[in-house]
Amino acid sequence: MNAIKFLFAAYIATWLIHGFYIGTLMRRFSRARRQFSELEKGK
Amino acid sequence: MKRLFPILSIITAVFLAYALFRALVVAPADALQGEVYRIIYYHVPSAWTAFLLFFINFIASIQYLVRAKASTQNVARWVVIAIGVIGVGATFLPQVQQMLPTGMRPSAVATTVLMIPAFYFLIGWLFPGERLDVLAVTSAEVGVVFCTIVLVTGPIWARPVWGIWWAPGDIRLTSTLVLWLIYVSYLVLRRFSSSAQTQMLAAALAVFGALDVPLVYFSIWFFRTQHPQPVIGGGGSMDPRMLQTLLISWLAFLCFAFLICWSRFRLELLQREVEQAHAMESLVGAGVTAKPSMPLTRSSR
Amino acid sequence: MNSLWAVTLATLVKDIRLEWRSKDALNSMLFFSLLVVVIFMFSFDPLAEESRHIVGGLVWVAFLFAAVVALNQTWARELRNQVLDAYRVSPAPANALFLAKALGNFIFVSVLEALMTPLFVIFYNLHVLGPAWQLIPVGLLGTWALVVNGTFFAAMSLRTRNREIMLPLLLFPISIPAVLGMVAGTTAILTGENSAHFYIVLLLTYDVVFTTASLALFGTILHAE
Repeated sequence: MNAIKFLFAAYIATWLIHGFYIGTLMRRFSRARRQFSELEKGK
Repeated sequence: MKRLFPILSIITAVFLAYALFRALVVAPADALQGEVYRIIYYHVPSAWTAFLLFFINFIASIQYLVRAKASTQNVARWVVIAIGVIGVGATFLPQVQQMLPTGMRPSAVATTVLMIPAFYFLIGWLFPGERLDVLAVTSAEVGVVFCTIVLVTGPIWARPVWGIWWAPGDIRLTSTLVLWLIYVSYLVLRRFSSSAQTQMLAAALAVFGALDVPLVYFSIWFFRTQHPQPVIGGGGSMDPRMLQTLLISWLAFLCFAFLICWSRFRLELLQREVEQAHAMESLVGAGVTAKPSMPLTRSSR
Repeated sequence: MNSLWAVTLATLVKDIRLEWRSKDALNSMLFFSLLVVVIFMFSFDPLAEESRHIVGGLVWVAFLFAAVVALNQTWARELRNQVLDAYRVSPAPANALFLAKALGNFIFVSVLEALMTPLFVIFYNLHVLGPAWQLIPVGLLGTWALVVNGTFFAAMSLRTRNREIMLPLLLFPISIPAVLGMVAGTTAILTGENSAHFYIVLLLTYDVVFTTASLALFGTILHAE
């Protein structure tokens, strides 16, 4: 039964890592879009 | 195009949920390991996905390096075709077939070898010019993410099953660690070098990394035969339901990886547009050029 | 071919002469190597029963760090005098420059190793149980493995922001099979417990593969713009 802890730990760790990465992608996207619109306005 | 992404996301999410269901419920418990073995349905597909992505990066890097001159590009094309022909032809020879490990069919080897020219020409056709480098950075970054998952789930799986977190002679996990290190250094190089030379330098590093991988594998393999290793049970054939679940899981993660790569690709394109717009601004602002005439894509040599 | 070797030799002689004239770098490198050995001696008990098994690893880790510091030095001088730009526009083949740099680094690092080795022998009371002559190919091939990639990556790191740290970041992962070969081979020879034959072949293969790759790609690196 103790071993099941490891199973859940592995699955949760997987989705945490994916979630973290997708989070950084979203952050970089919003920053890039913001910079782009600033440039557009500057013109 | 814009509509496609949300639709694919939903399909992928459903697929992943189905794969999870199969992993936890449908697949039978393992005779030796009980329920813990189910980590395999996340660990192994992540590994296969990571290796595929790194392979794509390798092909893209080679393409990038050879495109510098027309002569090298032609040579590369013929070399790749030769690899395909010789590789497939070799699997028909009885001497070669005898050398294969038991259970590996020649047709499987032939198909794998054919992937090299197939990917080479497919990537060359689908990603012209600058987009080739964007593919390289995308596949490297997403590959590192999946590789990280392999290296995290691996020890988590090993601990309850073997009693230890890490076995230095474990050739697969150690080779994966080195591959992860090489590609992290690749990403660090990309981050810290100025944009003019980054692409070439990174492509060269990727080639070095690819050359290193078989050497890593053999060095650890021999080291392991010289040193006593913990007894690692396992092997033997897999229950067909387990194999099916594994493949379904892999397919689901491939779709997921595709979506992430697509996003990362678009992000990179957007960032490059912003950079170029910035550069243009400063040029115009400094009065260097009234009308931007600088080519936006990387000029060929 | 003739001109390749001529240019290589000329560049190499120039580098050695320069290095010899400004002994600062050389002296500080020597002292650094000595310090590394002493630190290791304090950190890893030389009298322990297992010390013979770990000395192989200690020696090569010490050599690795000394090599990285040396490699960082040798390109710095080129940069200061904008020699790199001169090379780029000259008709001399890029390979000649690479070979000269690699050979110069090889000589430099070998000198450091030759000085550190007796210290290890003394501090750890080493006597070799296996075939001692095999230490020569392991030493030569291992050093070349570090130097050839180190020279290449040092050139690569020149254009990066954090130049000094970039070299080990790039070099260490790629060098792992070579390090395994050097360490396992040295340990095998020191302890006499198994044959170093495979490791020598491994190092030879590694050297051939990466010398070829470096020669093939150095021109691209130098001219990357």
